[in-house]
Amino acid sequence: MPSRPVPQPTPETQHFWDGTRAGELRLQRCLDCGAIYFPPRPFCPACSSGDVEVFAASGRARLASFVINHRPAPGFEAPYVIALVDLEEGPRMMTNLVGVDPVPEALSVDMPLEVVFEAVSDEIQLPLFRPAGGSAS
Amino acid sequence: MNEAIAIVGAAETTDLGKIPHMSQIQLHADAARNTLADCGLGPGDIDGIATAGESPVNLAHYLGITPAWVDGTSVGGCSFMVHVRHAAAALRAGLCKTVLITHGESGRSRVGRGGFARPAASLSGQFEMPFGPVGPPTLFTLPVMRYLHTYGVTEEQLAQVAVVQRDWAGRNPRAYMRDPISVDDVLGSTMIAWPFRKLMCCLVTDGGGALVLTTADRARDLRRPPVWVLGTGEAVETPMVSQMEDLTSSKAFRLASAQAFGEAGIGPRDVDHLMIYDAFAHLPLYGLEDLGFVGRGEAAAFIGDGHTAPGGRLPLNTNGGGLSYAHSGMYGMYALQESVRQMRGVAPAQIEGANLSVAHGVGGMFAASGTVVMSRELP
Repeated sequence: MPSRPVPQPTPETQHFWDGTRAGELRLQRCLDCGAIYFPPRPFCPACSSGDVEVFAASGRARLASFVINHRPAPGFEAPYVIALVDLEEGPRMMTNLVGVDPVPEALSVDMPLEVVFEAVSDEIQLPLFRPAGGSAS
Repeated sequence: MNEAIAIVGAAETTDLGKIPHMSQIQLHADAARNTLADCGLGPGDIDGIATAGESPVNLAHYLGITPAWVDGTSVGGCSFMVHVRHAAAALRAGLCKTVLITHGESGRSRVGRGGFARPAASLSGQFEMPFGPVGPPTLFTLPVMRYLHTYGVTEEQLAQVAVVQRDWAGRNPRAYMRDPISVDDVLGSTMIAWPFRKLMCCLVTDGGGALVLTTADRARDLRRPPVWVLGTGEAVETPMVSQMEDLTSSKAFRLASAQAFGEAGIGPRDVDHLMIYDAFAHLPLYGLEDLGFVGRGEAAAFIGDGHTAPGGRLPLNTNGGGLSYAHSGMYGMYALQESVRQMRGVAPAQIEGANLSVAHGVGGMFAASGTVVMSRELP
C-alpha cells in the first residue's frame, strides 16, 4: 500500500515532530500575552512577540467536526474518518480518528478524545486521536 | 467622487462541459475572443490583463497583447471577483484604460493543466495532508458537521440546496445537469465524504469565461449596456481549513461582503439577484448567513421554504450553480457571468425587473473571498 503523505519538518516545526517521536503533543505559548497556538511558528500570532515557549499538551481533545471519506486515498483504507479536534488547551488541529468504527452512529460532535501516535516513517510519528478512555496501545 | 467603472464585455467559452479539443490556455483565449467580440473591441484595445490559474504573462503573449498593467492574483475560485476589484482601482488610478479578465480551465479533460500539490514542508503539507484529505470533497466539507450540529440542520436540508439549484438549471439550456432531482435522489447518490453525497458536490467540467472592464466615459460608447460595478470586497483568512476561526462561519465571507456592500451603499434588502459560489451544498448556507441575508442557522429553512427557488423573493444561483451548471475548478467567473447576464436582461432564467446583483466568491476552501455588487443603473 502506498504511504500517506509524510510531513517534511522545517526549522520552525522541528520541535513538534521531535515531540511526537517522544510521545508528546507539543504546542507553543506566548510568554507576553499568554496565547497558546498551533501550527508552530517562532512568534506569537496574537501579539507578534518572539518570546514564546514550547510545552507538552495534555493530549485531551473534543471532536470539533469530521467527514467519513469513502473515496480512495494513498495510504488509507476507505472509509476513514478525517477529523478536526479542539485541544483542551485551545488550538484546533486536523487528524484521523482511530479505535472507532468509521460510521456516523459511532461518532458525535464534541465526543472526548485522546492522542495516540503512529509512525509513518523512521522520522515521523503522526498525532492521531481515539475515544477517551481507550485501552493503552 | 470615484469614477464609475463598468463591465462592458462578458462571455463564456463557446462550449461548456467537455472540451477535450482545447488546452487550458486556449480555453482562456476562446473566452477572451468571445468577450472582445461581445463588446466590439480588439486585442489592441486592451492594455490591462488579469487572470488566475495561468500567468498573465502567458496569456498576454498568447493573445498578442502588450499590457501596461497585469494582475496575477490567484487566491482560488474567487480570484476573478478580486480581479474586478483590482481592475476598478487600476482604471480609476489611470494605470490602464481597458482591462481583460480571463478564466479557462480544463478541469474535466485535463489538457495542458497544472497540478494541485501542497509541498510536504508547507504547513498544510505537514499538518493536514498526512491525514488523508484528498482534495476539496474532504477539505471543504470538513467544517460542516459542526455547522449541522450547532444549528440542528439535517442532511435532508443540505440535500435540498442541490434540489433547488437543479430546478434553476432545468431552465438553462447550457447547464450540464438539467433533469429534476429529489432530496431522496441526492441522499441516495454515491457517498463521497459523509455527510456529503455526490449530488452535494460540484460538477467537474471544462470551460472558461472573460470580462472586459473600463471607465464610464468609454463604457457608454460601446455596444452593450454597461453593467456598473458599484462595490467590491476582498478578504483572506487561512490556507488551512483546520485553522478557521469559526467552523460555522467564514471570516473572509463576512469581511469581503461587508466591504463590497459598504462601498456600494447597499444592504441585503436591496439585492434582487444573488450568486453564491457553490462548490458544495453548504456554501449557499454559509453565504446567506455571512452576507447578512438571514440570521445564524436560518439559511437551510430559508432555502427549504422556497425563497431562493424560481419564483422566490431572493433568486439564488440562477444558472444552476457549480452543482448543476458548470464547475471547472475556479467557478467564480461563471457566477460573475450570470450576474452580468441578469443585469443585461438576457439570462435564460431572467429575473424580471432585477436591478441589483451580487456575485460572491470563495477560494481555496474558505481561504479567500471576493464580492462584487453590480447594477444595470448608476445610483
